[in-house]
Amino acid sequence: MALARAAGVRVMEWETVIGLEVHAQLSTHAKIFSGSPTAFGAAPNTQANLVDLGYPGVLPVLNREAVRMAVKFGLATGASIASRSIFARKNYFYPDLPKGYQISQYERPVVEEGTLDILLEDGSRKTIGITRAHLEEDAGKSLHEGLRSFSGIDLNRAGTPLLEIVSEPDLRSAKEAVAYLKKVHTLVRYLEICDGNMQEGSFRCDANVSVRRAGEAKLGTRAELKNINSFRFVEKAINYEVARQIEVLEGGGRVVQETRLYDPDKDETRSMRSKEEANDYRYFPDPDLLPLAIDAAMIADVRRTLPELPDEKAQRFGRDYGLSAYDAGVLTASREIADYYESVVRGLGKDAKAAGEQLTAPKLAANWVMGELSGALNKAGLEIGVSRISSKRLAGMLARIADSTISGKIAKEVFEAMWSEERDADAIIEARGLKQITDSGAIERAVDECLAANPAQLADYRAGKEKLFGFFVGQVMKATGGKANPAQLNELLKRKLK
Amino acid sequence: MSLHLHTIAQLAEGLRARRFSSVELARACLARIAAHDKPLNAFLTVMEEEALAAARAADAAIAAGRAGPLTGIPLAHKDIFCTAGTRTTCGSRMLDNFVSPYDATVVERWKAAGTVLIGKTNMDEFAMGSSNETSYYGPVRNPWNRDCVPGGSSGGSAAAVAARLVPAASGTDTGGSIRQPAALVGITGLKPTYGRVSRYGMIAFASSLDQAGVLAQTAEDAALLLGAMAGFDPRDSTSVDEPVPDYVAALARPVRGLRIGLLKEFFDEGLEPRNARLVRDALEVFRRLGAETVEVSLPNLPLSVPTYYVVAPAECSSNLSRYDGVRFGYRAENPRDLLDLYKRSRGEGFGPEVKRRIMTGTYVLSAGYYDAYYLKAQKVRQLISEDFRRAFAQVDVLMGPTSPTPAFRIGAKVDDPITMYLNDIYTIGANLAGLPAISVPCGFVDELPVGLQIIGPFFSEARLLNAAHAFQKETQWHSRVPRGYE
Repeated sequence: MALARAAGVRVMEWETVIGLEVHAQLSTHAKIFSGSPTAFGAAPNTQANLVDLGYPGVLPVLNREAVRMAVKFGLATGASIASRSIFARKNYFYPDLPKGYQISQYERPVVEEGTLDILLEDGSRKTIGITRAHLEEDAGKSLHEGLRSFSGIDLNRAGTPLLEIVSEPDLRSAKEAVAYLKKVHTLVRYLEICDGNMQEGSFRCDANVSVRRAGEAKLGTRAELKNINSFRFVEKAINYEVARQIEVLEGGGRVVQETRLYDPDKDETRSMRSKEEANDYRYFPDPDLLPLAIDAAMIADVRRTLPELPDEKAQRFGRDYGLSAYDAGVLTASREIADYYESVVRGLGKDAKAAGEQLTAPKLAANWVMGELSGALNKAGLEIGVSRISSKRLAGMLARIADSTISGKIAKEVFEAMWSEERDADAIIEARGLKQITDSGAIERAVDECLAANPAQLADYRAGKEKLFGFFVGQVMKATGGKANPAQLNELLKRKLK
Repeated sequence: MSLHLHTIAQLAEGLRARRFSSVELARACLARIAAHDKPLNAFLTVMEEEALAAARAADAAIAAGRAGPLTGIPLAHKDIFCTAGTRTTCGSRMLDNFVSPYDATVVERWKAAGTVLIGKTNMDEFAMGSSNETSYYGPVRNPWNRDCVPGGSSGGSAAAVAARLVPAASGTDTGGSIRQPAALVGITGLKPTYGRVSRYGMIAFASSLDQAGVLAQTAEDAALLLGAMAGFDPRDSTSVDEPVPDYVAALARPVRGLRIGLLKEFFDEGLEPRNARLVRDALEVFRRLGAETVEVSLPNLPLSVPTYYVVAPAECSSNLSRYDGVRFGYRAENPRDLLDLYKRSRGEGFGPEVKRRIMTGTYVLSAGYYDAYYLKAQKVRQLISEDFRRAFAQVDVLMGPTSPTPAFRIGAKVDDPITMYLNDIYTIGANLAGLPAISVPCGFVDELPVGLQIIGPFFSEARLLNAAHAFQKETQWHSRVPRGYE
């Protein structure tokens, strides 16, 4: 980290250039060439058939479901879909690669030239190019843990379909890289082509990182960073690597093209293999598979299955609910969040006004979903799909804010109660007597008592110390258990203090 | 006439007429193998028990009136086809211990047709060879002269049929491996169109060239057997979904008016003059039957051998990567580490010809060489295909020799791979273009058989079999049996 900070002061002279390679495991039922199931977590080598094991004489047969998913991604990123693409063999020896080659796509991928927009910190949008997305099969896993003097091979994952999504070197900072990665993550989950689970490895990322002097046209020598399988690690690994490369260059050295492994424990990248040690993969078209033909009819068919995409949804949220670009972005980060939010708005009635809060109902819902709810979910480590407070219950509570039954402050208490109990907001408000006091007589009595009990402050206020207004509000709230309607209380106090 | 001299068509008739049983027939084959195979070395595995069980089942089917045209017919498979429960070696030490857990589609289909699998035949290691001398299990000998090779790589199947140990056998043809041995032992060998027969379960050598076919005594038998092995297979993406015609029904058509192209490039200085004369004599037979012959030139055909020896090794270098000592097959003893496991398992498991081709193939696919070799070879392959396409616009079939010389002596060419490779000069073109081709016996030179090759356009197997059958009705070369095997 010291290295990264040291680089911070010089960062103006250097430009960072990043391209990401994302491997998204496609959520097909069967593997890409063998028909075996793709279930995760099964006992080793129980999800692998003879094709996955690379037995003599077996042949690959393409799973069309994987192709449809690749096409879906292509359409969602405005890419061109190749009418004819080629599967190639990438040859190298490794124990978890049963055939001694991986079936991938090389010269003619299925998807080319797409784009994705990301939202930068300053609120502006940036378009990131997607060079290509190609289909390939995953390898198995080598197991070393708990084994002495030998390694285990689990081929359950071998042959699982992957979509490798390669970006242009359009990203200029670790933050942009993370924004892009999150965008891809959001998109593949919207499209329901990948579960996005980074822990289980179904969404993985490598980063190609280089630096160059600001204004220089030629790209610097890049390092490929591996093992950066969380959004946080991506940012940290890139920042470390950028600082390292700058230090090398400023020290008069040269960056060598190599593959580097990120070590999250030490927060550093380490050389894995240099270009010289890199495999010559001897790509050539796989003679066992015919060229992949995709016709207009299939593309039209897949297009019909496209859901509303994140950007479209965010724009609609802005338009229909009057949300800011930031709020709309957060609320459309996943389909589940967006669906939850829209369900709350529907329950509340889009045009309802939250009188006491001076907010529109959609904005009120947005604040609560992004604020209290999201905080509670994070704390509990839960996804919104299994939230302890359903969208219906949350809408029920927000409706009580909107109709001034409770104040926003009291609502937090109700929310907490709802989080730990099954009851609806109304039942909690009733049982705990949290109903807001809107009876002006009752509030007036409380105000009068308060003023009578604090003659000194009253005198000071009238002498011009208007800051004491808050003090009186606090006192009345304390006396009413926070239940006095804030708007009514303000009005009454102002009148009485004159 | 003894059973072993019968063709499949005759045997099928005898079985249906209950003149003999399938069990008797299987026993006759097993007895022939026991008596004659030791010097020939045609069989790697003889499946006595399984064969007799299958024969009994066939007899039951015949008795129940459920017999098809091939029910109860004994056959052999080249040891490149995976057979469940029986070892499948591919002629290699690498797979000496390999017992396949499944049946190849070809095995499955012949089984479903009621045939009786007698055993698995010797072959060049991983089908790489033209003389059957690269087999880990020793060379196969030619029944016509046991000092000579039977050709390769389907040499075991060829010798077994020529010596009448079995009436017919399967083979595979990547660069002539059915037709050349058929020619060298005096039998009929058919390589179908690429994609006509499923490659599933057939151990891969060069995937874009490999094609299964048959070695039989007659074109008629080949027609019967092809009908039972051909057809679309969803497990092989390169198999073609094209209806399988009735090949037997097509045999009887007259060949009058058949336009035959005489392949000019095949009658080159490499062709033994006496072979050339026999091929010209054979063409005369067709002319007598009313066929027309014209000379046809395929200018790029002479590039077949160098093209093939880039494409085939490239594919084999990748196909054979799976033999790494990790999951099946040969594994070196006490490896020090992973690299040592790879190096020694492959170094000890593969023979020299296989290694030569893996190295050649690895080289032509390497960065910096790919364009000059692999890509260029693919372009030449395209040109050769174009040559054939143009030729078939003029003629119905092409004819020429199958092999430049009759069978040569064992050991004569083993130290000279280039001379050995030139043996396939006339057969490789059909593989590169994916075309069907057949070799039929057309005479003898020094008491050794010579083959006539007939090549046709895509899916013209019926036409090739028809022409071959017409020739066999006019000649008796295919009925000659080597001395000592009558």
